[in-house]
Amino acid sequence: MTFPAIPARNSGRRYQSLFQRAWQALWVLPLPVWLLLFFAVPLGLLVAISFWSVVNYRLTPDATLSAWRYVLGLDFLWASFWRSYGLSLSSAVAISLLAFPASYAMAFVATPRQRLILLGFAIAPFFTSYLVRIYSWQVFLAEGGVISSIVQAFGGNGESLLNTYFALFIGHATLALPVVLILQTIALANVDRTEISAAANLGARPGAILFRVILPAARPGLTLGLLFAFLLSYAEFVSAAYLGGGTFQTLPILVTDLVRAGQQWPRAAVVSLLMIASLLVTAFVTVLWAYREKG
Amino acid sequence: MPPHLKHSLPKAFWIAGLAVVFLLLYAPILSAVLFSFSADRFPSLNMSGFSTEWYTQVLTDRAMLEALWNSLTVAGLTALIATALGFAAAYADYRFRFFGQKAVLALALLPPTVPLVILGLAMLAFFSRIGIAGTLMAVVAAHVVIAAPFAMAICRLRLAQLDETLEIAAQNLGAQPYSALIRIVLPHTLPAILAAFLITFAVSFDEYVISWFTGGLNQTIPVAVLNTLQGQVDPTIHVIGTMSFSVTLTLVLIALAVVLSQSGGAMSKEETQ
Repeated sequence: MTFPAIPARNSGRRYQSLFQRAWQALWVLPLPVWLLLFFAVPLGLLVAISFWSVVNYRLTPDATLSAWRYVLGLDFLWASFWRSYGLSLSSAVAISLLAFPASYAMAFVATPRQRLILLGFAIAPFFTSYLVRIYSWQVFLAEGGVISSIVQAFGGNGESLLNTYFALFIGHATLALPVVLILQTIALANVDRTEISAAANLGARPGAILFRVILPAARPGLTLGLLFAFLLSYAEFVSAAYLGGGTFQTLPILVTDLVRAGQQWPRAAVVSLLMIASLLVTAFVTVLWAYREKG
Repeated sequence: MPPHLKHSLPKAFWIAGLAVVFLLLYAPILSAVLFSFSADRFPSLNMSGFSTEWYTQVLTDRAMLEALWNSLTVAGLTALIATALGFAAAYADYRFRFFGQKAVLALALLPPTVPLVILGLAMLAFFSRIGIAGTLMAVVAAHVVIAAPFAMAICRLRLAQLDETLEIAAQNLGAQPYSALIRIVLPHTLPAILAAFLITFAVSFDEYVISWFTGGLNQTIPVAVLNTLQGQVDPTIHVIGTMSFSVTLTLVLIALAVVLSQSGGAMSKEETQ
């Protein structure tokens, strides 16, 4: 009697494990499938397009390096690349420095409850109408705008601040500040408080506690903040176009111009891939540095 | 604040730093609200009077109402799909051990780091090939890609607080996988799911680069703003801004209140002890 029971039980188990596999796949698969289809495939297509050619203004599948040769040989591409890179890097450093006192205040001056409320209000703008905020800044910075009227009231000449690096920086800060604030604050709030107390008990001066205990311990988070400020500034093109007034020809502007003005898809694809490559290298180096061992 | 920490600079310095940052963040929002009620065409500090003229102008503009409808449709569908996909991925990562788990996580966190201009370009190329470029569905498909990682992160953080053995105990006691999910995991994660829905809605409602590239003639609100930016000074932008600030700020603050109130009021380990 026991003999036939075994295969029956086995098939039951097989049925059950099949059911479990299907159940698991139901949860595991949807997001990766969606991302493969609408993220990985489009980016792969972009790589392919960089080897295609444009014949009579029409994009034609091909296997040519001409777009790569053309773009990499352009002097103004390299000028634009280094300009983009340098501008975003200096914005990232300035945004991090600007955010640090505020993050410090949220992490060490505010109570935990106040910190949560402040963080909530610091993050919220990240999700709200970036374009309208840029438009507001345009109004603030323009000749006869709010800032120049204030400067004039104090006896300055009150000329327009648009098309300056300051305007571009304001745009970058508008975009990246919330992210930098949250990363820095979490990093600082998680510094081991007993280490701080120990340093103080051993007679360390407040400045030494900040530079020798708090900053080294918070380094990974602070560096991530810097990296995100860079990523966001590097990819941004509305500030460069409307606050920088076209004075700053950055890579994102170059990409849109190549496609909209000349249907130069392969060239735009090459510039895009260069941007992604430089972003990946920067991110990789930064993360390695952020998490390297002390000493 | 740790009892022994003496600040290297006076408290007032750090608080002033906080004030400066909040001024930078909120000045443009407040000024848009202020100027949306101004009677003048050109925004300036000496306003000549109060008026709701620009509101009437926006609310009777058919193109603007159509853009609003497009935005709401796209954001609603995006939030629905992104939240479902994000929750599924978060639950899969929490509950199962499977081949390529880390690769899936890495893939899911990549989209927010790729510049939107490049994503927009790649998606326009792809959508034109498969013949759906210029439709709202194309915009939804693209928005889900950038919004789902947020949903996944929010749900995963919430699941991390759930005792893993509860669900297994329920199943050992004879509960089917789906009933353990419905009775234990879903109720616990519901606030995070709600928060994820609101955040992904806000992400989509505010996105302009991909919508601009792939939406064709179907304008959403931010694309309409982008097109206005390229033209003359237009006070209606302040009105649109005020309306979208009210929508997105409300959504995001509710979502944050939900998420933050669950985290027990503290982020650092020492403070929870």
